[in-house]
Amino acid sequence: MRKVTVAKKILIANEEFANQNRRFLSQRKIPCLNVISSPGSGKTTILAKTITTLKGKVKIGVIEGDIQTDIDLQRIQATGAPAVQINTEGACHLSAAQISAALHKLPVDDLDLIIIENVGNLVCPSALDLGETAKIAVLSVPEGDDKPAKYPAIFSRASVVLINKIDLLGVTNFDIEKVNADILKLNKGVKIYPLSAKTGEGMQPWCNWLEGIAAKRKQ
Amino acid sequence: MHEMTIAQSLLEAISAEVRKQNAKPVSAKISCGAFGGVNNEVLCFAFEAISKDTACEGLKLYIEQKPIQAKCKNCSGVFALDLHKPNCPNCRGEDIELLPDAPLLLEEIEFEEG
Repeated sequence: MRKVTVAKKILIANEEFANQNRRFLSQRKIPCLNVISSPGSGKTTILAKTITTLKGKVKIGVIEGDIQTDIDLQRIQATGAPAVQINTEGACHLSAAQISAALHKLPVDDLDLIIIENVGNLVCPSALDLGETAKIAVLSVPEGDDKPAKYPAIFSRASVVLINKIDLLGVTNFDIEKVNADILKLNKGVKIYPLSAKTGEGMQPWCNWLEGIAAKRKQ
Repeated sequence: MHEMTIAQSLLEAISAEVRKQNAKPVSAKISCGAFGGVNNEVLCFAFEAISKDTACEGLKLYIEQKPIQAKCKNCSGVFALDLHKPNCPNCRGEDIELLPDAPLLLEEIEFEEG
């Protein structure tokens, strides 16, 4: 037997596309966020509400990732924001190559911010770099307060965690203090915004953060 | 099941080396970080399925899972982190910083002697 040392990154092809996306975005000074959560956490509702709240202040373009259908695309387009749908046809995550193609379909030069809504899945999307500026994790109250402990990869890599559906706090035994503590244990620099996209409660601090990163890039 | 994506990239990487070495590969060693979310069994199953009828058919995969490393801000010690007990094993300090996760690497390939 003969051993050959290779020492090569396996996801190098994805990484090359991710670096290309990063260059494309930084040349145009557009921040890009990769939103990751379980299915049903309310990503699309948060996005639609965010776009409406920031109308006239921040021009947002959206890349929608779903296994099938353009239901989410239609919900985003109803807000008036430019959006592109990617259907992964079974794959549990978006890849950097898919984002590269989608970026060229958006009117990027007219945008202040691009938001990618990844396929609903708390595990796989966190393993693939898309070339984004930051990852945003969404956790909703009905999912339970044990998720940061059970799925540490995404909560340790996210720059922001949105805790959605706080209007349901009273009818569940979700312990928001425990969630905050578990997330901070994994990720000291993270920002946590509890909100309800349905009632609008807590949306403003999150929208202010977005406005801040969009403005910072333009300077 | 992002293991299928990884298996495809892995097959391409090993196949490139097989063409270079012009020999039959027997096994390959890969390593990955704990946050990479790679399940060993699923990756082996995916690789077996997609390597059928290629030069890599029957190749045995050895996967090393590397623990998450953390650094203590109090004593500067670096240690393998147990997420359920996130303090420094040396000084019990709680102010720790998670170090970047190990990348997914194809470490080495073993070939039959030509």
